[in-house]
Amino acid sequence: MTHYDAIVIGGGHNGLVTAAYLARANKSVLVLERRPHVGGAAVTEEIFPGFKFSMFSYVVSLLRPEIIRDLELPRHGLHILPLESTVTPMENGDYLAAWGDHDETRRELYRHSPRDAEAYDEYGRLMHFMAQAVKPILGMVPPDPTSFAPSDLAGLLKLGKHFRGLGGERLHALVKLMTMSSADFLDEWFETDVLKATKSASGIIGTFLGPRSPGTAYVLLHHYMGELDGVFRAWGFAKGGTGAVSEAIASAGRSFGAEIRCDAGVSKVLVRNGRATGVVLENGDELHAKTVVSSLDPRRTFLQLLESDQLPSDFVSDIKRFKFRGSSGKVNLALDALPSFTCMPGVGRQHRGAFSISPSLEYVERAYDDAKYGEFSRRPYMDIVFPSMIDPGMAPPGKHVMSIFVQYAPYNLNGGWTDAKREAFGDAVVNTVESFAPGFTSHILHRQVITPLDIERITGLSEGNIFAGELALHQLFFLRPAPGWAKFATPVRGFYQCGSGTHPGGGIMGASGRLAAMRILKDGT
Amino acid sequence: MSLRTTPFHPRTGPLSEGQAWRRWAGYVVASSYELSHDREYHAIRNAAALFDVSPLYKYLVTGKGAARLLDHVVTRNIGKAKVGQVLYTPWCDNEGKQIDDGTISVLGEQTFRMTSADPTLRWLHLNASGLEVTIQDVSESTAAVSLQGPSSREILQIAAERDLSGLKYFRLTSAKIRGVPVTISRTGYTGDLGYEVWVDAGQAVPLWDAIVETGTPYGITPAGMLALDVARIEAGLLLIEVDYFSSRHALIEAQKSSPLELGLGWTVATDKERYNGQAALDAERTRGPAWQFTGLTVDWDSLEQLYADVGLPPRLPSQAWRTSVPIYDPGGRTQLGYATSGGWSPLLKRYMALAHLGAEHAKPGTEVRMEVTVEHRRKQAKAHVTPLPFFNPERKRA
Repeated sequence: MTHYDAIVIGGGHNGLVTAAYLARANKSVLVLERRPHVGGAAVTEEIFPGFKFSMFSYVVSLLRPEIIRDLELPRHGLHILPLESTVTPMENGDYLAAWGDHDETRRELYRHSPRDAEAYDEYGRLMHFMAQAVKPILGMVPPDPTSFAPSDLAGLLKLGKHFRGLGGERLHALVKLMTMSSADFLDEWFETDVLKATKSASGIIGTFLGPRSPGTAYVLLHHYMGELDGVFRAWGFAKGGTGAVSEAIASAGRSFGAEIRCDAGVSKVLVRNGRATGVVLENGDELHAKTVVSSLDPRRTFLQLLESDQLPSDFVSDIKRFKFRGSSGKVNLALDALPSFTCMPGVGRQHRGAFSISPSLEYVERAYDDAKYGEFSRRPYMDIVFPSMIDPGMAPPGKHVMSIFVQYAPYNLNGGWTDAKREAFGDAVVNTVESFAPGFTSHILHRQVITPLDIERITGLSEGNIFAGELALHQLFFLRPAPGWAKFATPVRGFYQCGSGTHPGGGIMGASGRLAAMRILKDGT
Repeated sequence: MSLRTTPFHPRTGPLSEGQAWRRWAGYVVASSYELSHDREYHAIRNAAALFDVSPLYKYLVTGKGAARLLDHVVTRNIGKAKVGQVLYTPWCDNEGKQIDDGTISVLGEQTFRMTSADPTLRWLHLNASGLEVTIQDVSESTAAVSLQGPSSREILQIAAERDLSGLKYFRLTSAKIRGVPVTISRTGYTGDLGYEVWVDAGQAVPLWDAIVETGTPYGITPAGMLALDVARIEAGLLLIEVDYFSSRHALIEAQKSSPLELGLGWTVATDKERYNGQAALDAERTRGPAWQFTGLTVDWDSLEQLYADVGLPPRLPSQAWRTSVPIYDPGGRTQLGYATSGGWSPLLKRYMALAHLGAEHAKPGTEVRMEVTVEHRRKQAKAHVTPLPFFNPERKRA
């Protein structure tokens, strides 16, 4: 077939979700992926024989339960496994741990501060309310606050009613969350530095901000949104790595009749009389469709796939202003044995959860200081997991893979990234881990270091931003990716956007892809 | 402890973090070893879970008349079974009402091992008069573990030092694990790839050690009954005294069920003569069973709305439940049946239940209402009839 109802550009998880939903609605759909396999930044690759790495994205965060159900993803191989504990090694040899069991966690916190142990429950309750308040927004097409269109007004009215319904106290807390730095917000609740450091670290992931930067507090909510899902457990580790999530969505899409073509990069979107009519592949082939959907980030979607004269100039400048600023890297290791951490020697259940290298607020803020001035952090913040401890199939029996998410590694490094700089960055990561787990280095069989430049080169994400555009307040909701164009449509008729650069973005959530598909179906492709 | 412990207790006892034990046929077995059964459940679907299933009643039936006895007792055709085969089967009273269900392993031409949930020795003897047959209760002398999950074959192959890829679903073979003679059957109660290993009780501990040591690099996880309960609901497998009552324990007629009503029609042979309940079952098959045992999927949006109405996020049972829950028609007034087990499937992200519905309401896709209690108040959530099993991976039979 050369004429499709819809062509989806990019086989990342959002593109695949859009394609699957469109195919499910009996549309003829073609997905075009530049790389040899689908997944985008959610891929599992065997970089070293027998060892499988979730190369980039490594946990499933808030994958929408309705997507799991609608697309019957478990039938297509999706299995999300719990990732329950977090251990933060401290520089004095002690640690702070959060376990799956609530009482055990509270008792552990009590060891550090009896006061904080009690505050923890109260804080949890408030955050529960906040998450409940914000969660509906994730599943909502953002209304345009400047529009008088009935659907926008209805959306705004619903939103206004929703927030008014929160009552004064909770609304005030929500405003604080939306404006404060995570460190300041946590200061209002806790005295234990390592607790604040570990909690605030989750607020800086994927942004070029530090724990003391205003606007980082609201990300604290993400964790609690996961908890709202409760036994849903949409937060965890995918069996087979994150690539298995993409494969499951792709398989679901195919079962509904979607066609997925790999090694098929798109160079341009064909536009005739202000309307998208198809795409031109990198090899020059032309394919035609009634609707074209881009899952690429906003910069590539609008500035690369289209000519700038096909778009209004103020829109083009908005897109040019959209911030990426990749700030994170990844180090994936193949190990012949698990590291033993000084703070909790030996191998045990701690290896089935995360290790957070965030021993103090100062440590994390200093890591940011390096990045502010164009260097990678000499002692970075790290989120470490051992996927083979959760899914033994990720490594040969008895061997392990270690996934280290690292921040900060600025895209615009002083002097630019080179092979030597990449290795120096890898060394900084390994040496920092070694300082908390002496002897660990000798167990490394293979090391893969990924800089933001590598992320951009391999996945196409501009400036290596893992969220296809910074998840900062000024780039969220009706502002994502540009004012007036947050509803998945674009100034070009028949051309839509469905990637993480649209609302709500972020993580392996699939919400952007699903909402985009809904919009396209509503518009009647 | 006045209840008995199983032959594996020297190993399972110290594993129990919360001392959570459950009674099973006069024994204690672990509800869960860890404080939560979560990880044990996931091991079933992700790696391999190891269950102690020793409390099952086990009988060794031998002699010239052994096959004839069993054929007379159970509904499946034992005469047609081959050596090395395992049959899952119910057995009934003379009115065709189900007494129990279990497995029959064909160990030799004249040697069979039968497992049951309830004591069955007397029933076998009652049916054996005039037959040349020996019936031995080997419940205590035979111990068993069940290894279930995608990695189970790999682990057992290494432990038994032999290829098991030729061992088909519901077949058995004898083997040695570290010198210990065992029978390995490709059976289980999870609906997944899995095996049960039968061993002399005196050799139980060395067998446990061998399997656990071999399985550790593959993520083997000792698991308890709470995890098993979730998996067996996903697999749509019945549990006696929960999903049905033994006709021998029922106090009123309405408490009894026939295999045809329990979705076990496939186990009721039409090609053999003279077995307990035959006439009644033949008649019932002709007129059609009054009840159907089926799956239900609770509609998520409907449940979420019931909770949203009181300002709460939806709450789901963290363990499988085993109570009787009324099922109504979409109008919410007429009761169509009742659910007997249910729970959240962490794998499928679905709230599932096993239910008995009037046969005319049991067509897949039929919309019904299930009673749920939301903040102390009885409500009804929308649900749909879903064919069983909920989860049926290819690897189960592959």
